[in-house]
Amino acid sequence: MSRVLEFDAFSYTYPGVAEPSLREVTLSVEPGEFVVVAGLSASGKSTFLRAACGLVPHFHGGSASGRVVTGGLDTRHHGPGDLAAVCGTLLQDPETQIVMGTVRSELAFPLENRGASRAAVARGVEEAALALGIARLLDRPTHELSGGELQRVALGAALAGRPKLVVLDEPTSQLDPVAGDELVWLLRRLNEEQGTAVLLAEHRLERCMAHADRVIVLEDGRVACDAPPREMLGWAAERMPALQTPAARLFARAGLRPAPTGVKEARATLRAHGLLREDQPQRAAVAPGPADRRRTGWRRSRDRGGPAALRVRGLWHELSDGPGILRGIDLEVRPGERLAVMGRNGAGKSTLLRHLAGVQEPTRGSVEAAGRVALLLQNPGDYLLHERVADEAPVEAIEAAGLAALAGRHPRDLSGGERQRLALAIVLGEGTAPAAVLLDEPTRGMDRAAKGDLIERMGELSASGAAVLVATHDAEFAAALADRVVLLADGRVIADAPAAEVLSGGWHFATETARVLAGEDPPVLGPQEGGDLLRDRMSFEVTP
Amino acid sequence: MYRHRASPLHAARAGVTALYGLALVGLALGFTHPVVLAAIAVAVLAAGWRAGVGSDLVRAARFSLFLAVTITLVNAIVVRDGLTVVWRFGEIPPFGQVDITLEALVYGALLGMRVVVIVLAFALLTACVDPDAILRAFGRRSFRSALTATLATRMVPVLARDAQRMDQAMRCRPNAEDMSTTRGRVAVVRAVASGALDRAVDVAATLELRGYATRRSAPSGPREPWSRHDVGVLAAGLALIALGVAAAITGVAAFDAYPRLHAEGGLGVIVLAVLIVAAALVPFWNRRGVER
Repeated sequence: MSRVLEFDAFSYTYPGVAEPSLREVTLSVEPGEFVVVAGLSASGKSTFLRAACGLVPHFHGGSASGRVVTGGLDTRHHGPGDLAAVCGTLLQDPETQIVMGTVRSELAFPLENRGASRAAVARGVEEAALALGIARLLDRPTHELSGGELQRVALGAALAGRPKLVVLDEPTSQLDPVAGDELVWLLRRLNEEQGTAVLLAEHRLERCMAHADRVIVLEDGRVACDAPPREMLGWAAERMPALQTPAARLFARAGLRPAPTGVKEARATLRAHGLLREDQPQRAAVAPGPADRRRTGWRRSRDRGGPAALRVRGLWHELSDGPGILRGIDLEVRPGERLAVMGRNGAGKSTLLRHLAGVQEPTRGSVEAAGRVALLLQNPGDYLLHERVADEAPVEAIEAAGLAALAGRHPRDLSGGERQRLALAIVLGEGTAPAAVLLDEPTRGMDRAAKGDLIERMGELSASGAAVLVATHDAEFAAALADRVVLLADGRVIADAPAAEVLSGGWHFATETARVLAGEDPPVLGPQEGGDLLRDRMSFEVTP
Repeated sequence: MYRHRASPLHAARAGVTALYGLALVGLALGFTHPVVLAAIAVAVLAAGWRAGVGSDLVRAARFSLFLAVTITLVNAIVVRDGLTVVWRFGEIPPFGQVDITLEALVYGALLGMRVVVIVLAFALLTACVDPDAILRAFGRRSFRSALTATLATRMVPVLARDAQRMDQAMRCRPNAEDMSTTRGRVAVVRAVASGALDRAVDVAATLELRGYATRRSAPSGPREPWSRHDVGVLAAGLALIALGVAAAITGVAAFDAYPRLHAEGGLGVIVLAVLIVAAALVPFWNRRGVER
């Protein structure tokens, strides 16, 4: 059977840029393969995927050499419009991938563009809707859909003509973890049941490694590794640790091989070695709530004495024609404390942060701050107004953010991590340090190296006395950053306790290490401490 | 905004429902007689209520009431025609001698009422006609223009959300007050425009990926059969047009505001008003079909 994708010594340089983004890439994808594309930020993943679907070079311009053949069509002679029949493509932002007013029209649009008959369009729409579980959405206006639903509909439009290959560029980066996991499971199902080849770029490798047949790692525009997941994780341990999944890091730290591709495999290996504590009763899934505050972090933090950096009393945010978004929130955060606010979409996390920063007025209750509150919202690009990085923030703030070398660049040319550092420099400003720094979902689309930098920067701010609050879905990030976690649901605090208590013993609000080592008491959140625990246990067990 | 609902107006093909809505708009544009305008308003509201879009119409009416009051007042102050003076204001610069006449006041009120009725009819049209179906219908002639219009409509709420986010980001800056200066505002406008361009580039990429650039026309297939709702709504639309034409020819609903108020009265206008309401409600008569 012919290959669905072939790169033959393909190199590409964007217009106006000196360095090529892809260099001599040679590889192929067989029909029905599930291939994950990995790499650090700016490694060339997006360019690679855009070359596969024909956007590079036809849409972006620039210069290319070598050859890409997608579904039997040579991209030198066929643009993305032609390739759409053999290659469905899904990009990051769901908002800009929907062009029609209703779901039915959106699914029909690519088929109509191909000149399909009315009956073929109707059948294609039905097939795509049923395959993706969006039949109930068919007559819904697209402006009413959530991000996860929009991304499913966009995937449906990409798959409406039953292409041989589907290319996805970080499709979960704008979604909450539940919607992201659902999307990856959907891809797995399409791959298993329809035999559609999948080419998926994803930062959270732990989400998709268990599904993949192969992982391609790009580094500086070149293929650095092309191997099955387990081998790739072994390679990453030696060459690119930032790409290791938490479970793989756990095993590497413990000296166990081979690296597991998921929680199930990790637990099976540990069970086989007698390293799991399964006989112990499972811990409660959720840590104590507000009613039990005397035993938990709230009381402990209050007992430290001194003024609070932030104090919230009976905070309500109620819509005039809808339910309460925040319902009687009580919260105190001490100077230097690091707090993660977690909860599913719509729980009220972002609204709480905006109230803490004084951007929104409560309908009831009060918010007191010991000083200035700096809030970094979800999209750092919203803060960027000027033509040069140097004009965006004071010199000392830019230097503190490590961006002095980029002072002459245009802010929109910065990478995602650099943009975020610049936006943080803008809100931190100069002069008096803020009493609290709030970050709303800061790790979307961020690789592990950039997350590490952010944790380090938050640590510095915390050490200087600022309270740090982060609203996040990312349990790994929360575990690495926070010493206390507040869990929100439907505008109420349902847990407020040390991170180790909240981020263990559950499924969703738990780190991968905690899920692998479920049942440990005390709970273990990070690969490092988990690896040390397993190493100790192994050395104990081999001692006569 | 359009949302598919279980009603005859939503179930009928888009072109037919559009004709029905435009017939109501045409009637409102063609007649100033208060009884006829009132009948059209009743017809639109009743149809909207039966189609489940009553709240959309109420929202539209709220918006148009201010406009109606403004038109009434401006007409009364500016128009010098009419013989029945009800109030003399004397010399008021820059209007000069201002006399409010009963005729100008009534005609202004009727113009305002007409605006409200037209807004209501367009609101009914917007809420009941699938824009994508219209796009498909007009696409055969000028697909690109129609798609541009659809995209612009779709992107408005997206860009509005972008602007709201940027506004909040501005308020998070330590020097938020600097943003209220001219230089600050220019920077914000530039950033908003730049963000909109980014969005436009992303949408353009999506259109490429969906095969828009290589669009081919579909082979002609069997025509879609006409449903009872298609027939009912078409009949209502044609009946409304016929009533309008007949009334215009016979002059049964003639109305003159100046120099003195003169409106045709009698049975003819009443019958016309009743027929307009009845014709508009034809699609909602329970004809065949089964309960769920």
